[in-house]
Amino acid sequence: MRNPAIAGGWTLRAVPALPVPALFALAILALGILVVAIGLAVSIGEMAIPLGTIAKAVGNRLLGTGFTISPIQEGIIWDYRLSRSLAAACCGAALAMSGAILQALLRNPLAEPYVLGISAGASTGAVAVMIAGLGGGALSMSGGAFTGAIIAFTLVCALAAGTGGLTGTGAERIILAGVAGSQLFSALTSYIVTTSANAEQARGVMFWLLGSLGGIRWPDVGLAAPVAIGGFAIAILHARALDAFAFGVDAAVALGIPVTRVRLILFGLTAAMTATMVSIVGSVGFVGLVVPHAARFLVGPGHMRLLPVSFMIGAVFMVLADIVSRIVVPQQILPIGVVTALFGAPAFAFILYKARRRL
Amino acid sequence: MSIATRDVRWAAGGAMIVDGVTIEAAAGSTLGLLGPNGSGKSSLLRLIGRLRRADAGIVTLGGADIAALPHAAIARRLALVEQQATTEIPLTVLEIVRLGRTPHRGPLSPWTGADDAAVESALRHVGMEEKRDRLWHTLSGGERQRTHIARALAQTPSELLLDEPTNHLDIRHQLEILSLVSRLPATCIVALHDLNLAALFCDTIAILCDGRVVCAGPPDQVLTAETIRDVYGVNAHVERSPHHGKLQVHFLIG
Repeated sequence: MRNPAIAGGWTLRAVPALPVPALFALAILALGILVVAIGLAVSIGEMAIPLGTIAKAVGNRLLGTGFTISPIQEGIIWDYRLSRSLAAACCGAALAMSGAILQALLRNPLAEPYVLGISAGASTGAVAVMIAGLGGGALSMSGGAFTGAIIAFTLVCALAAGTGGLTGTGAERIILAGVAGSQLFSALTSYIVTTSANAEQARGVMFWLLGSLGGIRWPDVGLAAPVAIGGFAIAILHARALDAFAFGVDAAVALGIPVTRVRLILFGLTAAMTATMVSIVGSVGFVGLVVPHAARFLVGPGHMRLLPVSFMIGAVFMVLADIVSRIVVPQQILPIGVVTALFGAPAFAFILYKARRRL
Repeated sequence: MSIATRDVRWAAGGAMIVDGVTIEAAAGSTLGLLGPNGSGKSSLLRLIGRLRRADAGIVTLGGADIAALPHAAIARRLALVEQQATTEIPLTVLEIVRLGRTPHRGPLSPWTGADDAAVESALRHVGMEEKRDRLWHTLSGGERQRTHIARALAQTPSELLLDEPTNHLDIRHQLEILSLVSRLPATCIVALHDLNLAALFCDTIAILCDGRVVCAGPPDQVLTAETIRDVYGVNAHVERSPHHGKLQVHFLIG
């Protein structure tokens, strides 16, 4: 069987189907790759730490093995780098899954987690707290970002519902409502920044908008991990429903999918996942758009496979991007969003090119 | 009655599209829906398939009010082949036909032998077994239509709704599809434009005009020169074919 395809934006299709044992082996392999990537992320940095030491530190913390390693190393491993890379993995996984879900629901290959205004809303919320001092110190920047994201998403949904976009058959109105919402909140962000921020604050905002894993500690992982894993569980329960959207909303209804309920659950799920991740690391771009396409290239468009594969690729990609962001410029950490796009775009172009050549 | 509607009404954009339609289809029979463009055939099919909710009136499936049935329960017994449903996603014929098993499967239940049997039978019925690995966008119009019909058959429906299934098909495939449909044990409601094909394959015919049923019954009673003139504004001569014994409509020009 060899039938790779170019069809609009959904170009990517290389592997038609894999037998179940192969998929199982692939899952183990993927987990192995993720563990290795996280190991590397913990090992690499200003102070290089051997993988063996990392294993000892993790053993000490989790199993009480009592290896002797320097407390400084153990502190860096446990309190700083491990939490950071785990949060990066969760963030990448959740964004990639959100992208895959939205591309299916909106039947648009360019859909991504921020299409419904979440990133724009989060930035408005963040700058409102950081610069305008909203919440009087009671609200953290993450809290502000999360609140902003949810407000923007709610507004976009209300606008889409008001114009019949949520119950209707076309996805265009939802996307247009998202565009309107995003523009509005971006303008609000710019307004606050240009009227109230000093140069230092403006730079801080820009850095935050491009994504930063800098301040991440265990409580953030405690939030990101359940959201990513729980989100995966809910998404996989709707994998077959997502498949049924291939020929549109009417076709999904005709296949017995309670479309209104499924859309409500999945839009809500992607909003919750995305808002959580954006509030922790900022609005990292590219992952949610491109990883689902890479995953589709590997395992085809069926969501029973696409969702777990997007999850794993997203996780590994973000962890690797984090490593690169810390080593590419000496003495400086690049915003992770810069790295995801800088390295993701050529990788994506390569996939497109490969898919094209096989025609 | 397998499928029945009673005084069903549905408006869209301020216009009455379906305006008090009462029709019924006996189990295993084939009902043809005829009528000019915009007469409400597609909308009526959507109401019967519960893709839209009727503003008034009632649609029953096997005697049960369809408004009270969950979507999955409807899809396990009623399948719909829409006009021009397409996708940009690179799906193979087999994957599309497999979608027909969706209402029969739980969210995580594995693929079963019964699923396989339904899909294989559906592919065989439409003659697409050999083309199962072809991608959707490489298919001709006729192959796409047959794939959609196979997907619908994979639902193992006892009721099948088809919206102009012979569109885009050459005459051989038109005849093949309609003879397949009329031989199926399922109750079929088929929206058609071709009066002669309707006469050949339908047990009963309902003619719609402006969202209302103008007349309904066996082809012999419904397809008259008078009705055709009233509904379509076309002069015709209707006679019984000496070759197949069904009605034959000759259109008179000028």
